[in-house]
Amino acid sequence: MHHRILRLILFFTSALFVLTAYAESELNMPVGGTILSEEIYKLHMAGFYVCCGIGVVVFGVLIYSLIRFRKSKGAQAAHFHEHLGVEIIWTTIPFLILVALAIPATIVLGHIHNTDKSALTLKITGYQWKWKYEYLDQGISFFSVLSTTQDQINNKAKKSEWYLLEVDHEAVVPINTKIKLLITADDVIHSWWVPALGVKQDAIPGYINENWIYVTKPGTYRGQCGELCGLNHGFMPIVVKAVPQAEFDQWVKNHHPGNSFTPLQPALNPLTGDALLALGKAQYEKNCVMCHQANGAGLPPSFPALKKSRIVTGAPDAAIAFVLSGVPGTAMQAFGEQLDDQNIAAIMTYIRSAWGNSDLVKQQKYSTVIQPKDVAKVRQGSKP
Amino acid sequence: MTEAIIHTHAAADHFDAHHGPEKGFKRWLFTTNHKDIGTLYLLFSLVMLFIGGLMALVIRAELFEPGKVLIDPEFFNQMTTMHGLIMVFGVIMPAMAGLANWMIPLMIGAPDMALPRLNNWSFWLLPFAFCLLMSTLIMSGPAPDFGWTFYAPLSTTYGPKSTDFFIFSVHMMGASSIMAALNIVVTIFNMRAPGMTWGKLPLFVWSWLVTGFLLLAVMPVLAGCVTMMLMDRHFHTSFFNAAGGGDPLLFQHVFWFFGHPEVYILILPGFGIISEVVSTFSRKRLFGYKFMVAATVLIAFIGLIVWMHHMFTTGAPITAQLYFMYATMLVAIPTGIKIFNWLATLFKGSITFETPMLFALGFLVMFTIGGFSGVMLSLVPADYQYRDSYFVVAHFHYVLVSGSLFAIFAAIYYWLPKWTGRMYSERLGQIHFWLSVIGMNLAFLPMHFLGLAGMPRRIPDYPLQFTDFNQLCTIGAFIFGMAQLVFLYIILKECVSHTKPDVSNQVWEGAKGLEWTLPSPPPYHTFETAPIVP
Ligand code: HEC
Ligand SMILES: [Cu+2]
Ligand SMILES: [Cu+2]
Repeated sequence: MHHRILRLILFFTSALFVLTAYAESELNMPVGGTILSEEIYKLHMAGFYVCCGIGVVVFGVLIYSLIRFRKSKGAQAAHFHEHLGVEIIWTTIPFLILVALAIPATIVLGHIHNTDKSALTLKITGYQWKWKYEYLDQGISFFSVLSTTQDQINNKAKKSEWYLLEVDHEAVVPINTKIKLLITADDVIHSWWVPALGVKQDAIPGYINENWIYVTKPGTYRGQCGELCGLNHGFMPIVVKAVPQAEFDQWVKNHHPGNSFTPLQPALNPLTGDALLALGKAQYEKNCVMCHQANGAGLPPSFPALKKSRIVTGAPDAAIAFVLSGVPGTAMQAFGEQLDDQNIAAIMTYIRSAWGNSDLVKQQKYSTVIQPKDVAKVRQGSKP
Repeated sequence: MTEAIIHTHAAADHFDAHHGPEKGFKRWLFTTNHKDIGTLYLLFSLVMLFIGGLMALVIRAELFEPGKVLIDPEFFNQMTTMHGLIMVFGVIMPAMAGLANWMIPLMIGAPDMALPRLNNWSFWLLPFAFCLLMSTLIMSGPAPDFGWTFYAPLSTTYGPKSTDFFIFSVHMMGASSIMAALNIVVTIFNMRAPGMTWGKLPLFVWSWLVTGFLLLAVMPVLAGCVTMMLMDRHFHTSFFNAAGGGDPLLFQHVFWFFGHPEVYILILPGFGIISEVVSTFSRKRLFGYKFMVAATVLIAFIGLIVWMHHMFTTGAPITAQLYFMYATMLVAIPTGIKIFNWLATLFKGSITFETPMLFALGFLVMFTIGGFSGVMLSLVPADYQYRDSYFVVAHFHYVLVSGSLFAIFAAIYYWLPKWTGRMYSERLGQIHFWLSVIGMNLAFLPMHFLGLAGMPRRIPDYPLQFTDFNQLCTIGAFIFGMAQLVFLYIILKECVSHTKPDVSNQVWEGAKGLEWTLPSPPPYHTFETAPIVP
């Protein structure tokens, strides 16, 4: 019998070693790089150690009883079956332990809710499946979209180091500054979660939730959407770059205030058809592919096909107008607010040419190629 | 009063007391016999366990490696949704209801359930509800894909067409549960044998009584919730639609007002089972009976007023967060009382390790671990990091798989010889147990680490640094799945075997209670004249 117990102990210790061999995989909550993330980490560890302590007692008594009071060892059952004293003891002691845990939790929670005296306000809006960042004081605003390619996701290309945790435009923030976060959503509920910043805050349509960060360590912080938000919930990462104040100021200067992220529009120069197609394919894969799919077949009935679509292959102005203003109340967003004229033109050229659409377009004697100035015209026309 | 009711019942039952069960499928379709209905519930739950389990394996297979492995995100979301709904409403709840049907009349000395026809209906709603739900998988367009929590507006404005089928099937499940709960409560109040006082009621019966009240309190709220969804989807109301002046958070309040008590609905009958099993195989009376009952009532009561702990990250005001944190922490106290009393029952007992006891001990250890992560989750600031991560996935699988499901396994091994009159193969039972324990821990322990490191739940693909642990989880899940095939074999063998009964009335040396005074297997009708409980 003793051998069996020994073997069990051996098994569990070796299992423990196997686990530590995985130490390179993250085992614990990150301490993180903000004031709050550190406080939360400490609270988490306190909770963990308390549980370990109780665990030792409970499992200790359990194991002792199972070894000591086996019938096979001739144990005779005792007859006691109640005792007020012990019941009171094991009601009060846990109660006191819980009070001891509740106190630090209450204090940290107070800190989380204190968004006063922030020096910068960053508004974050969740969309199906991207984030919009607005620096309210600086007048900068842009969308941030997953930059991992479809080929990587479909195992056709080697996966990059930050597979699924990389975006086209990172949110840049200064260190040693209290930054207030205003978090909301445009369509369904999302959740802005960056573990190492100590923030998870739901983004809910119709609500603006507050939280704050004060980053102490410069670096790149990565996270993902934390609330199921539909098809591509797993593909809307968050990347925050924390830099010294001077670098942040420079970054602000480089960016034209206004809706579009791209510094100063590269004019509305006409591009060649091939250039438009190449750019359009890339932009399509970034902005449209999650719903309308790479082969243009969509996922009907949720997301219609663009292949052979009447709208796509019809009159250019109507097609452009459709994509610019989207369909309110559906997943089809108003891309006019997200992309500049050149990118829209490129995407339109691409979807009117690909998947055999060009034949349909030509049958109706329309041109497949759409130039940035065409988009600009429609945009102007749609303004009241 | 009580006796008068027993009397009229005995008279009514007398009419068909002398013929046995009908032959063929009619027996099962029209049965009003509590044993038949109990068996139907249990078999239904067994089938659903394998369907829901298969879906879990599809999920785990897709997560074996980063990148697309088997299925696309659209199907993945349908799998997580169906898996959750099936396991909660199709496996655990029907299994507990089946055990209640079989055992409560036997344990309180009643001839049958109080409302036998209602009983038949409440079971037969279920297969139809689930056929309706699962039929969405073969319809054009996606099946429900918004998670078993079906948050609005993802499930309303943005929900697929099949959501209406989902709503209707939830209504049917709800009606079934309400009727079952009503029946159980009424039975326990009115059908106890003379002398079966509240102070002598077995703990399994007590915990089902409390569970019955919980069900009656919250299932109508769930029905209200899905009805509001239906109105939003088709009748131009805006309960949950911010653009129309509604409130997406209202959905979460209503849902979790049902959802939190629901988890106690899933676990409380399990507590009752563990109390029976631990005491039998320690050959010792349950320690602290009164405190065990009080703790059950207390857990249920507190369970009704802590729902917002599922909504800590929704931007709730600090006062609400504090109240719900403190209230949630309080749940740990009656739960602790339970654990400590079980330990005290084991202490100085005369312990043996038959399969039911093994599952009960597995429950004791792993449910406690799930309880620990529950306490950690109640700390609001830490919950900001845990919520909707794999840490939560680990937490609720520890309390539901090694909690509720293990309790159900314990119950089945414990009472199976009573039901069939034959002992199952102890060796196979032990294999089933050990494979389950290994598979379960391999599958769910690493999920704690994944969640802490930042892996969100419900994602079909993940960053590279989560690969190792995910592979362990997948291997564990498949081991757990294989283990259930052993279980299936044991059950099927019992069902088809025609050998002579080979166990005594008492079956287990330490077993006490009315059910163990009956022959094994018990005749089709039992306790037609009420026994006198000394
Ligand atoms: C989040 C999902 C999503 C994304 C991303 C998306 N769409 Fe759509 N799209 C939809 C939905 C949903 C509809 C159907 C809207 C409706 O109800 O009419 C749609 C409809 C369309 C249609 C009309 C198709 C038809 O024949 O009815 C076009 C054209 C279109 N989208 C183009 C685009 C382009 C171009 C992009 C990328 C810049 C894009 N969409 C990105 C969801 C999306
Ligand atoms: Cu999401
Ligand atoms: Cu809960």
